[in-house]
Amino acid sequence: MSGPVKSAPIADEHERRVTRLVQIGFVAALGALWYLATNVWGMSPILLPKPQGAFNELLDILRSGEFWPDLFLTLAELAGAFAISMTLGLGIGFLVSLSPVYVRIFEPLLAGVYAVPIILFLPLYVLFFGLGASSKIALGATISFYPIVLNTIAGFTSIDKLYVTSAKSMGASPTVLLRYVLIPGALPIILSGLRMGFTVALLSIIGSETIASLAGLGHRIVNLAESLEIARMFAYIVFVIAIAATLNGIVSRLEASRGMDK
Amino acid sequence: MQDQNVSVHIQNVAHSFGVEGHAKHVRALLDTTMDIHRGELLALIGPSGCGKSTLLNVIGGILSPTTGTASVNGKPVNGPMPHDIAYVFQENALFPWNTIIENIRLGMLFQGVPKSDHEGRARAALKAVGLSEFADHYPGQLSGGMRQRAALARALSLDTPVVLMDEPFGALDEQTRMVLGEDLSELLSRTGKTIIFVTHSLGEAVFLADRIAVFTARPGRIKEVIHVEEPHPRKASFMTSDKFNGLRNRLFDLLHDEIRKTVNLGSGSTGGF
Repeated sequence: MSGPVKSAPIADEHERRVTRLVQIGFVAALGALWYLATNVWGMSPILLPKPQGAFNELLDILRSGEFWPDLFLTLAELAGAFAISMTLGLGIGFLVSLSPVYVRIFEPLLAGVYAVPIILFLPLYVLFFGLGASSKIALGATISFYPIVLNTIAGFTSIDKLYVTSAKSMGASPTVLLRYVLIPGALPIILSGLRMGFTVALLSIIGSETIASLAGLGHRIVNLAESLEIARMFAYIVFVIAIAATLNGIVSRLEASRGMDK
Repeated sequence: MQDQNVSVHIQNVAHSFGVEGHAKHVRALLDTTMDIHRGELLALIGPSGCGKSTLLNVIGGILSPTTGTASVNGKPVNGPMPHDIAYVFQENALFPWNTIIENIRLGMLFQGVPKSDHEGRARAALKAVGLSEFADHYPGQLSGGMRQRAALARALSLDTPVVLMDEPFGALDEQTRMVLGEDLSELLSRTGKTIIFVTHSLGEAVFLADRIAVFTARPGRIKEVIHVEEPHPRKASFMTSDKFNGLRNRLFDLLHDEIRKTVNLGSGSTGGF
């Protein structure tokens, strides 16, 4: 009989280092291109500010702390939207997964709506909920609901029937089955749905802030563009990218850690 | 009215899939009546689709038969009977998100064994199948043969008088099956359990079983029951004996015609060959 399968940690480590180097190189090349375009090739600072200028603006933003109200508002909108879409997505997804008939009826409907660019309805959301945070929360919740509900359905319905049969043959009651078989079996797919939902919620909230809003990070960026403070606008864009990357990193890390210990 | 010595009683069990008269209606198993005695190893063997797994699932309470009843230890089967019957499935039905020992403990949790007994019984079952060192591995880290041992350990830890096995070694290679078969014969002769197992392997049936029920092609019924009068535990040397080969050949003759029927039926309906 063959022994347990062993991975090759040394090869993995090497590969990971190469991958990371290529990624860092790519970002460095972009930075270099930005520097050359503005400092050597003479690109207009209205279109593209010098990186050193944007960097100084970024330092000023961080030092002054003026970003706090906008950052806080955007994050609060994100938290509100995600709390709504997660609750509804998990709950409705679970209920639909209970019967193959419900799945046949609702899964194609939900998948169909998911393909619609819901951002088109932003004017309606603004009409209903106003220019403030409510419309951002409602839109973000709507858009992020679909990946969560679809993955929840997929997670619960893709569990191997044999696990269920085997648990029932050993006497598992419905609640025990849910806790020890259905939830752990569905978890990896549900978590990736939550991660996708989180990402699209962030995108749609910042996006809608740039279109119609009174405050928030997206609103700030558009304001700076309109007053032609391009270097500061770029500084804010970099700031938002850093925030988004951090949040995504945290969520991906959470997803991976739940996936790994299983 | 029932014999104390009877562990599993099958009375006029028949099963069809789909609605009668419908194109997809399939008569899987014809009227079958049989007694399986306590401590007996019964093998069910036959062509694909002959209803042997259907019969096993009826006994296990996973499938309600169209007609007839099965009873285990005098109790009619109306659904899973976790205190009387443990299952070992063909593919490994261990939960991949739990370690081997967690899988075994979960089985006992499902069955309702007091928590204080879990650890001791799980360790004992792992020891019995020779997997003590792999308690904390995940199923994905073990070979197919080791996973089936673990599944067997889970079934043993449930301490049921009856164990049902649906092609337990079906996905394994010939050599692994032989070794596992030897171990199983040794293990089961010690526990005195009633075992019913489905197999495709003639050698496995003769080597492990006390009786072998040979099924006809679909719609399946029991064509003949062969007695293997050889005490357990059986040694590897039994496999090379004349008695073993005689029984194996007899089984081959019985099955050959039936399998020919299924194969001809199959090529007849596709028509293209």
